[in-house]
Amino acid sequence: MSTFDETTGQVAPAAKTHQRGRGFDGHWALVWQKFLRHRLGVAGGVVVILAYVVAAIPEFLAPVTLEAYNPAYSYAPPQTLHLGRDEGEGWQFRPHVNAYKSEIDYNSGRRTFVDDESQPVDLGLFVEGESYNLFGFIPTNRHLFGPVIEGQPFFLFGADRLGRDILSRTIYGTRISMTIGLIGVALSLVFGILIGGISGLFGGVTDNVIQRLIEFIQSVPAIPLWIGLAAAIPASVPPLQVYFLITIILSVLGWTSLARVVRGRFLAMRNEDFVKAARLDGCGPVRIIFRHMLPSFLSHIIATVSLAIPGMILAETALSYLGIGLRTPIVSWGVLLQEAQNVRTIASAPWLLLPGAAVVVAVLALNFLGDGLRDAADPYSD
Amino acid sequence: MDNLIEIRDLRVTFAGAIDVVNGLDLDIAPGKTLCLVGESGCGKSVTAKAILQVIDHPGRVSGGSINLRQPDGSVLDIAKTKPTSPVMQHVRGGDIAMIHQEPMSFLSPLYTIGNQISEALMLHRKVGEKAARAEGIRMLEEVGMPDPARRYDSYTFQLSGGQRQRAMIAMALINKPRLLIADEPTTALDVTTQANILDLLARLQRDTGMGVLFITHDLGVVAEIADEVAVMYLGKIVERGPVREVLEHPKHPYTRGLLASMPRLDGDFKASLQAIRGMVPPPALRPAGCPFHPRCDWARADMCGHVQVLETELGHDHMVACHAYGPQAHKFDRVDRPVAAAAAAAAVKVREESAAPLLSVRDIKKHFPIRSGFFQRQTGAVRAVDAVSLDIFPGETLGLVGESGCGKSTLGQTIVGLHRADSGSMRFAEDDRPAVDLLAARGAEARRLRTDIRMIFQDPTGSLNPRMRVRNIIGEVLQVEGQLSDAEIEARVQALLAKVGLSPDYAQRYPHAFSGGQRQRIAIARALASDPRLVIADEAVSALDVSVQTQIINMMKALQAEMGLTYLFVSHDLGVIANISDRVAVMYAGRIVELGSTEEIFRNPQHPYTEALLAAIPGRGESAGGRIRLGGHVPDVAGRIEGCAFADRCPYALEACRQVRPELKGAGGHLDACIRSEELHLRPVASNETLVPA
Amino acid sequence: MGSFMIRRIIYAIPALIAVSLISFLVIAIPPGDYVTRLAEMSAAAGDVMPMAEQEAMRKAYGLDLPLMVQYWNWISGVVLRGDFGYSFSFNLPVKDVIWPRLGLTIVLSVASLLFIWVVAIPIGIFSAVKRYSAGDYLATFLGFLGLAIPNFLLALAAMYIAFAWFGVNVGGLFSPQYVEAPWSWERVLDLLGHLWLPMIVLGTAGTASVIRVIRANLLDELHKPYVTAARAKGKGEFSLLMKYPVRHALNPFVSGQNDIFVDIVSGGTIVAIVMGLQTTGPLLLDALRTQDMYMASSFILMLSVLVVIGTLLSDLLLAWLDPRIRYQQG
Repeated sequence: MSTFDETTGQVAPAAKTHQRGRGFDGHWALVWQKFLRHRLGVAGGVVVILAYVVAAIPEFLAPVTLEAYNPAYSYAPPQTLHLGRDEGEGWQFRPHVNAYKSEIDYNSGRRTFVDDESQPVDLGLFVEGESYNLFGFIPTNRHLFGPVIEGQPFFLFGADRLGRDILSRTIYGTRISMTIGLIGVALSLVFGILIGGISGLFGGVTDNVIQRLIEFIQSVPAIPLWIGLAAAIPASVPPLQVYFLITIILSVLGWTSLARVVRGRFLAMRNEDFVKAARLDGCGPVRIIFRHMLPSFLSHIIATVSLAIPGMILAETALSYLGIGLRTPIVSWGVLLQEAQNVRTIASAPWLLLPGAAVVVAVLALNFLGDGLRDAADPYSD
Repeated sequence: MDNLIEIRDLRVTFAGAIDVVNGLDLDIAPGKTLCLVGESGCGKSVTAKAILQVIDHPGRVSGGSINLRQPDGSVLDIAKTKPTSPVMQHVRGGDIAMIHQEPMSFLSPLYTIGNQISEALMLHRKVGEKAARAEGIRMLEEVGMPDPARRYDSYTFQLSGGQRQRAMIAMALINKPRLLIADEPTTALDVTTQANILDLLARLQRDTGMGVLFITHDLGVVAEIADEVAVMYLGKIVERGPVREVLEHPKHPYTRGLLASMPRLDGDFKASLQAIRGMVPPPALRPAGCPFHPRCDWARADMCGHVQVLETELGHDHMVACHAYGPQAHKFDRVDRPVAAAAAAAAVKVREESAAPLLSVRDIKKHFPIRSGFFQRQTGAVRAVDAVSLDIFPGETLGLVGESGCGKSTLGQTIVGLHRADSGSMRFAEDDRPAVDLLAARGAEARRLRTDIRMIFQDPTGSLNPRMRVRNIIGEVLQVEGQLSDAEIEARVQALLAKVGLSPDYAQRYPHAFSGGQRQRIAIARALASDPRLVIADEAVSALDVSVQTQIINMMKALQAEMGLTYLFVSHDLGVIANISDRVAVMYAGRIVELGSTEEIFRNPQHPYTEALLAAIPGRGESAGGRIRLGGHVPDVAGRIEGCAFADRCPYALEACRQVRPELKGAGGHLDACIRSEELHLRPVASNETLVPA
Repeated sequence: MGSFMIRRIIYAIPALIAVSLISFLVIAIPPGDYVTRLAEMSAAAGDVMPMAEQEAMRKAYGLDLPLMVQYWNWISGVVLRGDFGYSFSFNLPVKDVIWPRLGLTIVLSVASLLFIWVVAIPIGIFSAVKRYSAGDYLATFLGFLGLAIPNFLLALAAMYIAFAWFGVNVGGLFSPQYVEAPWSWERVLDLLGHLWLPMIVLGTAGTASVIRVIRANLLDELHKPYVTAARAKGKGEFSLLMKYPVRHALNPFVSGQNDIFVDIVSGGTIVAIVMGLQTTGPLLLDALRTQDMYMASSFILMLSVLVVIGTLLSDLLLAWLDPRIRYQQG
């Protein structure tokens, strides 16, 4: 807030009574303030943070481990969560689901499941279950939630062909799906900043060649090429390496938009008066870039990065779904969706598509976050 | 009602209930030009848009009346008419038309100007395409567009600034409106083009008998074109009357202040200017009582700060809204503040005649290659600076003047080292050190030169890094130099801030907290941080409002006297140049065409281009006899120019002028580059005492 | 304009060469070829293919030649004779397989592009003009949703809904009786009856992004000075909107169309695989899995050529729309 000084006729910046007036706030404080005004962006940010928390500790959050399966519950439908029940002493708060009664339909040879109200499965928080190592080194068997009695059927998202809990697997899939975007974008960022920086800094023929190259890469249909590259990974390659190969493949084509942003900023900024002034102050190229230019467009880069992650997630999901991306035992949302290969399977077990909902939520949240960051990246214009 | 339009108690409100126009009264008579004057932020443009009901969201007319007399004698209150109604659409462009400041952005680049001109016609009259085209071409001819039939099918980006403005005038006048609103129509133009457009508007008004509402911040333009003047401050008219009354006998302290801050071209060029202190506050912070009182020298604490001002009629249709003329007038002594002492002292400083030049520029060339194709082969060159030679003496201010594109900024930037000269030499000689060639300096020598020669940029917003605190912006040059400790730099920054009239605790803040004038002060402090000898000011006051501009000029003069600075002052504004410079260099198409003392240049111009520039200064032109007006525009410096670059526009050009390229020559420090300068008797700047032509 | 077109077309040539090289190398460089894949398959079936036989097959298919020679043989065939090589798995010349598939790909891609325009442009304009209205929020939300749902998931969901609720199996572009039938009026109608669902599925993401682009561009343009100037001329609001801001907002939109088209062609591959369309997608995937190299390379090449042509068209359209490009670069 400015005030108008009655005696000098000057508009004084931020009177001293405002302890942290606008005039004292640095760039990042202003970016933050502007970002907070973008409510969808903030909501997206919260969801993204939650998703990465899930990615960090899926073992604790998932009711069962990845390996758990029970053929008896093959294609068991999602259970309904009940908050309480009446056992003759009036309604009591006792969260539970009902176990299944299963019948085999001899015509179709398929098992059908019916809700069995006589067999409630009581649920609790911090229940004991299968043991695992939290963060890989803290041995424990506590799970955030699950059936109080270990081993009782608990399938909130239903079960797949092998009777595995889709909810737990979706939670585990978060780890791979959310990080593949992050690592892919980090790789793209390195390429993008390097190549875009070179292009913007040197200009001339170098710039022209790189620009044509970027235009060319951007005009190649990405998915057929991705399919081509991914299909070239031999089946004998271990899963972890597949993971890294896929991130590299995704960023081979992904760096171009980042490079464009970086170059554009460099070029625009090279002719800014304050950069010229820095040259006249005697700053060398390194000082100009790191002290005068980079801080000015770092926020733009962060926004662009957050908008690039969803593209990577979608690409990984699609490749894995087609069976040429990640494969079991690695679990990503795309790998989980492989179960839903044809319409007949989906028609009989539509809950197989639920991991897709996780994709939609994550991508939506990242887009909202990115939008908010992009708006906030330049806090000086309104 | 005899007036074409009568505005009463007009209020325009923006979001948050901020009144930008706050009870404005205005009459415009048919066949007369009313000039609306004031600094930016006073609500002039909003008033103009209110008359047409085209205020941008979230603004709206919230009260008062705008009565337009219709041809049949009835009266239409525009303020009560729905903005989207057919009646309003009929008024817009039919009865009232408008021209704007930037024809480039007010005309669409996607349609030919012919399309946009004929559209205006077809919206209001039932004519076919063909007839509209014929009428449009006739109108372009009327507004003096060269080759109108061909230009009719041109796009805006194919036209020069003056041609664009002519196209916009043609578009506005094609329906023969009864009122023309002109919103700063010449502000973005070069001075010679401005003169042509002002002439055109005056002629068109005479021919058509329309009323004109002309909005400007330039009192010179007012003197040139107005019949009546209304001075506006913070959404209200503070003084109104016939142009002579107001300019010769200004009453309101604001009007007086605006006039006093204008550089005078009569008498003593270097007379100190009296700036109005402070700046226009945003409408949300409108002071109570008389809104001008915080900036007013006459203000009395007992009334101006809280008593509403009433309008006082002084006779001769002269109105003023100031307590000093109201019922309590006897309480005011109405004495203007004396010229600031420092500025006055600076004005009497004399340069030692015998001193050796601080900087000798010889045959400097700077050509920008034009590249095209994939391999960026050079296909031509823009000769921005073409063999320029000049001397700058220690302690003086050398003004460098010329129209846009003449190369004056490039010359300044080449001297400071932002561009590398293609050839020539620049010798920098401080009294106690051996002379150095700026182009050959390396290492420590180059570093020292960087601190000796500094620059102030035009745009105070763009030249300050928004991500850095004021302390780091000013101290950067010292930090890079690495000679001083952090504490010493901090002390230096504080001292510099005090020197440029800012509070030392501003050092902690970021540039976005400051107004344009304050930012330019910070930029000046940065230039002075390394204790330089030579400061190049590249249009350093051009982006500022007139009162702030005067504050900065006065401060620069005072600092020069105090620190022994030498200025190269680059500007397109002849008034500013006259006021601040000891000597003036006139530049045209990459070359200096005339160089001499300020007196000589303005009183005894030797080059026809200088004469034309002086004649184009608004408000100083001679009313009787042939005025000098330049046709055409600055030649394309990318092409090779044979002979004198000015020959095509020069009224005195002979065949010989197109053959040989005239060299800069002359005696007694007054040089010119015209082969006919001996025989020609060129007219000096008009020396009449007042702004208004007799 | 003429020289601009010619130059733009010449610029496309190096792009085409690079595309062909990449299409070929992506398939050819990775270890293993069609013969090793065959050998693996017979090994899996318990059959051992002798090395000599493998080498003989390589020789027959020309797989033993240096890479660049293979490339040259292939590309010169494509350019000079329209011969795309031989499909190992189909035992047919690639060109016999590729053209009908490519035709349907083009039909589907263009249909999706038109769908995007028809739906997104009016919504985008509405959204910008009625900014912050309920309709704008709805459009913005649907736009975000459209961007967030992967193509193939949408395809699955659409097929599931059609199957579970309406009992129709909507896979493919033709009813079974028309798949192999020669072109006839009935076959065209049948195609149109099947085309709409993949068209919508494929167009969703594009629609979402076009709505956002149009809305953002138009918001920038709505308060530009030339709009005020046109209003001050007395132009009515609707014709004003259409002639000035919308027309101006169309330019950045058109230059973005290329990316949209790339995404359609690109995303079409996956949608086609999921929905079992008779376009290039499913065959490309099969060809990659079996390392049927000429087939795979040719498909990638032709898809890329399609995109290069799309780029060319959108550039020319832009030049036609924007006199600044026409006069300043042409």
